[in-house]
Amino acid sequence: MSLKSTDLPAPAPARKLRPTRTAGRFSLPKRPAGTVYRGGEGMWSWVLHRITGVAIYFFLLVHILDTALVRVSPEAYNAVINTYKNPIMGLGELGLVAAIGFHALNGIRIILIDFWSVGTRNQRLMFWIVIALWAVLMLGFAPRHLMHVFGGE
Amino acid sequence: MSVSIESPRVKPAPRRGVNWEKWGWLYMRASGVLLVVLIFGHLFVNLYAGEGVSALDFGFVAGKWASPFWQWYDFALLWLALIHGSNGMRTIINDYTTVPIGGTRLRRLFTPHYIFKTLLVGSTIVLLVLGTLVIFTFDPCPSGAPADLLPTFCAARS
Ligand code: HEM
Ligand code: HEM
Repeated sequence: MSLKSTDLPAPAPARKLRPTRTAGRFSLPKRPAGTVYRGGEGMWSWVLHRITGVAIYFFLLVHILDTALVRVSPEAYNAVINTYKNPIMGLGELGLVAAIGFHALNGIRIILIDFWSVGTRNQRLMFWIVIALWAVLMLGFAPRHLMHVFGGE
Repeated sequence: MSVSIESPRVKPAPRRGVNWEKWGWLYMRASGVLLVVLIFGHLFVNLYAGEGVSALDFGFVAGKWASPFWQWYDFALLWLALIHGSNGMRTIINDYTTVPIGGTRLRRLFTPHYIFKTLLVGSTIVLLVLGTLVIFTFDPCPSGAPADLLPTFCAARS
């Protein structure tokens, strides 16, 4: 399938680039008119996808090394894995799950945009569905995890 | 003098060789679908079910890796996630560094672009080998370890 320029979403109607007058002073318009992509769901989903991807990547590097301690000795492994149970790490795990939750759900959105015929047209709606599902996921996970971490045992 | 301009409607000649960039693109999507299942399963069992993180210790890992199912599960998780992550980081390096041109090969190697890529490829290979060895050479009952840290099925505990 080849794209024609008419397949692209119509650019937002250009705002007049006339300087607005505020309190007796001239100020430039807040943002350039007519950009298709800048700001908005499309850009922020990309920013978040990239940041979460990098964060998970560096976690995985450390995580493979900490798991490798099972080949050193049970004491060494337990000493390191016990740090996963302290409150600060507990909050870190919450952040990790939040990051993976978003990256995974938004990853499915990206795949749907690429392979589903009406995916691109619905990308904005799918972004908000991703956010909603992510919120449900975190509401299910966070209280239980925090109880495990702060609950004493 | 006349200049001939190729008609813009003509299909470009097909390129020769494997289109690695395309297969990498496809890999990100295929591995992504599998990783959703593998990672959510991993987090559910290790972080959510039962006592959550509080249950993790040497005995817990020994209990899981006593079964080939969890060994191969972690093997798939390791390879799919690390290659997905590394290929994603490769994209990011390409975005934020410029590919050097000119100079000798050696000189080009010592530019941010190739320094990052060397580190990336090197660490990925080392961790894939290390992680795989850890899963398949794991010894649940190392001799000389305190018996109370070992899983219940070890001879040292009975
Ligand atoms: C805080 C969250 C996590 C906890 C508490 C955790 C815990 C563990 C534990 C206890 C093991 C030992 C083997 C097993 O139980 O299967 C393990 C292994 C492993 N985990 Fe995780 N995990 C977490 C997150 C992740 C994430 C997000 C990934 C993937 C991106 C991941 C990838 C792996 C891999 C690849 C192994 C096998 C390592 C090896 O081959 O040596 N884990 N994890
Ligand atoms: C949970 C399942 C996952 C899904 C569904 C998923 C999906 C995706 C998709 C579709 C892309 C876009 C590729 C492209 O634009 O061509 C991507 C990029 C990326 N992913 Fe994942 N991914 C998952 C897990 C992971 C994990 C575990 C890591 C880290 C080890 C990771 C790190 C990255 C990175 C670094 C990028 C590049 C981001 C960028 O170019 O801005 N992802 N992922």
